[in-house]
This record gives sequence, structure tokens and C-alpha cells, in this order.
Amino acid sequence: MTANPWLRPYVLTGGRTQTRQHLYVHTLVSVQHYDATFAARLMPEAKKLYDRASAGVQTVAELSAHCGVSLGVTRVLLGDLAAGNRVAINPETYTSPYDSRLLKRVLHGLRELA
Amino acid sequence: MAFASSPDPATSDLTSVKIVVAGGFGVGKTTLVGAVSEIPPVNTEAWMTQASRTLDPVSGGDGKTTTTVAMDFGRITLARDLVLYLFGTPGQPRFWPMWDDLCRGASGAVVLVDTRRLDVSFAAVNYFENDSDVPFIVAANLFEGRRTHELDDVREALQLSGNVPLTTCDARDRGSVVRVLGEAITHTMDVTHSATPATAQ
Repeated sequence: MTANPWLRPYVLTGGRTQTRQHLYVHTLVSVQHYDATFAARLMPEAKKLYDRASAGVQTVAELSAHCGVSLGVTRVLLGDLAAGNRVAINPETYTSPYDSRLLKRVLHGLRELA
Repeated sequence: MAFASSPDPATSDLTSVKIVVAGGFGVGKTTLVGAVSEIPPVNTEAWMTQASRTLDPVSGGDGKTTTTVAMDFGRITLARDLVLYLFGTPGQPRFWPMWDDLCRGASGAVVLVDTRRLDVSFAAVNYFENDSDVPFIVAANLFEGRRTHELDDVREALQLSGNVPLTTCDARDRGSVVRVLGEAITHTMDVTHSATPATAQ
């Protein structure tokens, strides 16, 4: 299910496939101050993403899945919303996914689950 | 920058980490994700767009330039401010651009194999050995809880390097999956911080 089966993805993104900042599939995104007037002016796909993101912190992949907007398009649209300060992209707390403090915390968390 | 005013506690300190679960079609990736995820595994259909169309062999005569790729993901809250995401890769190797995307920024990977059909996971093992920097381990899924091959045989059949840990798991069992995820993270720590001298695993 795509949000709009009649439109090619590049139409929604104005032909762009890149965003200014790299958004991983697991990058967390949120809306801090929802603006209904702003939302009403958005194209349907961007509006879906914006509305959904306002429900709470979520990953790019979750937003894509729940809104039925492809990952590539989701990234570009979220990038636009972020550039306009409409969505906040969680800053990386750790410099690397291999940061030993991070990995230790993950291990600790997994052990708590076991 | 976009974060000029971001005092909102909802966003400020939450960190996400990712482990990729790879393997051939039907080896139990979705089962594994489902065994530990606090949300039902989201089986999403991501669309590869124009950038990848040259790889799209299923494009029909209708001029369609996108391919549907199924991937699933799950979520485990590890602490108030730390969430682990599991991403299952699409099984078919022709979706490798998608694999690159899923693996970017991952803290580790688990290649799941079915010992009765090792061949379906060859491509995944090759990918992590040759085309990815993400540290990985291999886990033999014990269907019906039985081990059908000795692990040494599995290692040889997969032509796995000695420094890649090989373990077993029951993809249906939460405890078993949690242990495997822990082994993947431990392996990443071992290979990325050579604090642990060469113990081979």
C-alpha cells in the first residue's frame, strides 16, 4: 500500500533523493510543537508523516511503515520538515554505533531482559 | 540548526541502536524478531525508488520503476532512554542496496541460518564477510529444537572465517534470542575495541 499509487516517488520529493543530514532507518524523529495550520498546507504524504511524528518519538522506519510512504520519500520529506524546524531529529548521543559505553549499556539492558 | 529550541524531554535523551538480522528466505528472521519485540514485528513494504531501478528485474511492461521490498523490524526498550531496534533484511540478494541502507549505523548483525538449507544464507554470509563493515555472528536456528548438524560442519559448509562466532538459537524462544543478541554485541565490542586480545571469538 502506497500513500498515493498514482504519483511516482520523485514527484513527491521534487526529484530529490538525498537529505541534508543522513537519516538512518533507526534515526528518531519527533514533532515538538504541532502546528495545525502548517499541517493543513502540506501535501498528503508530508502531512501524514508530520501528523504521525507528532504522536511521539519514532524512527524513520516506523514513520515510513505506518504512513505507507516509502523509505526514500520519507527521508526526503522528513529532511525538509527538519530543515524548516518542523520536526526534530534526535541528535546522536554517541559518536559511533560501536561506542563502548553504548554497547555496554545495550549488553546490560539485554542481560536484564534475560 | 533544527535543534535551536529542543528542551523537550521526549526527544532530548532517547537513543536508538540497531542490530540487523539477516539470512536467506524462510530461515526464521521474522520469528526471531517477533520473539523479542515489544511491538508485533512491523512487516513493512519499503519501496526502492529510481536510484535502484537498474536492479529491478520485476519491472513489468507498465513502466513501473519501483519494487516492493518486504522487511520487518521490532523494538526492545532496554532502558528509559535506550531503545534497540531489530531490522530483518529482505531475503533476496538482489536487494543489496537495501541491505547497505539497513546496515548503515548498525551496532551488530546476526546472520540466521537453517542447517537444512544452508545455501539460502550463503549470500548473507558473503555480504557481511566482503561487503559490510558491520561485525556479525552466525546463528544456526534450531528448528523443532534439534540440532541437525554439528557446528563445525556448519562452519565449514559456510566457509566461515575462524574469527566469526557461530552459535545456535531457537528463534521462537525469547531467552535464546536475547542471548544471541548479546553475543552479537559482545562480538562487536571484541572486534572494535581490541581490548580483548585475539581469542578468536
